[in-house]
Amino acid sequence: MSEYKITLPMDETMAKKLKAGDVISLSGTIYVARDAAHKRFDEALDRGEEVPFPVKGAAIYYMGPSPAKPGQVIGSAGPTTASRMDRYAPRLLDLGLQIMIGKGRRSPEVIDAMKRNGAVYLAAVGGAGALYSKCIKSSEIVDYKDLGAEALRKLTVEDMKLIVAIDSEGNSVYEIS
Amino acid sequence: MREIKVSEITEALSKLCIEANITLSEDMKKAVKDAADAETSEVGRGVMSTLLENLQIAETEDIPICQDTGMAVVFLEIGQDVHLKGGDLTEAVNDGVRKGYTEGYLRKSVVSDPLLRVNTGDNTPAIIHTSIVPGEKLKITIAPKGFGSENMSKIYMLKPADGQEGVKNAIVDAVIAAGPNACPPVVVGVGIGGDFELSALMAKKALTRKTGEPSNLPHIAAMEKEVLDRINESGIGPGGLGGAVTALAVHINTYATHIAGLPVAVNMCCHVNRHASVII
Repeated sequence: MSEYKITLPMDETMAKKLKAGDVISLSGTIYVARDAAHKRFDEALDRGEEVPFPVKGAAIYYMGPSPAKPGQVIGSAGPTTASRMDRYAPRLLDLGLQIMIGKGRRSPEVIDAMKRNGAVYLAAVGGAGALYSKCIKSSEIVDYKDLGAEALRKLTVEDMKLIVAIDSEGNSVYEIS
Repeated sequence: MREIKVSEITEALSKLCIEANITLSEDMKKAVKDAADAETSEVGRGVMSTLLENLQIAETEDIPICQDTGMAVVFLEIGQDVHLKGGDLTEAVNDGVRKGYTEGYLRKSVVSDPLLRVNTGDNTPAIIHTSIVPGEKLKITIAPKGFGSENMSKIYMLKPADGQEGVKNAIVDAVIAAGPNACPPVVVGVGIGGDFELSALMAKKALTRKTGEPSNLPHIAAMEKEVLDRINESGIGPGGLGGAVTALAVHINTYATHIAGLPVAVNMCCHVNRHASVII
């Protein structure tokens, strides 16, 4: 197990170097999308349109925050179950999505797409939303505002603590543990 | 006959929604703390210390413990000598949930139709379970339920021949299948007996029991202990990343059932097993 401080964007060599179980402190820009936003990505791609964020090399955090109080950047902001996005993830990975952040297992189809594209899946600690809110330095809605907690967001994070759950070779911390 | 205005229920519920989502009950806090002390794996200890830090931040900075502030499950135990006046009870409950989730900056996680899926914007409607009990008091319990764990819940219609072993295996299987998705360490609510829907309701209600308090039926208390030990032997561990603590407690409720049946419902709840009550 190794520990890395990573500032996004991450180059392909680094992505390949990460192994399941490694501990990461992540900084930089990440996007936030969950079920309803992923459905819209899929529908946009079906229509031959682009998704409303630069997907190549991007990181998506599967999360739906609680509302920010006045003076707060964001409310509670922990990971949601990633497997609900399995249906949509391979298509985004084939478009260059590099990092997924969530919790729980992924489907064989997603893992195949990760191997094919050199992507990684990072796990955050489920149910630690108050703690994760502290590493989020900015938050803005990029699109799908009507979805409320499920809107597409862009965050700046600083030293977000994560574990490599599945690496680009398909090794999973949920299987070796 | 005692009269209670439904507006009192609205007020009490709005406060309970906020309280339950920011501060874990003392019994749950203790269970998490004890689990942190009992965990043996390095990665598991790391996750547990993250969870303790998270609880601390939530409480001191007034931030929801988890961003999934749940669907509001409300249990009302209404004394049969109570007369509710001043409006519709269901509306009063939903008004309380609306107020609490809005004023408390809690996440609005409810869609009005399961297929059309448009967010109602105020976390209503609540799921309301009403029971009539002796007396002239009214007890309100709220259990905001996150769906990461709810999604991993299961119901089994076992056969009488499956017996106690079959029941134990079913519970353990459900927890192992839930694995990391249910945000372990989990609390496992189980309903055995009754019929299809009563088993599920008993399982949900079992989650509101004081954490780790055994059933008052000796054979059920023994089953709770044995199942808990078997779950923790699975090695799933905190966050599903491996370790000794996969479940904090197993709570089993039972009811009479039909000669042909043995329903078993397993309602999974994460370590943020929120419940708060008030008696009016």
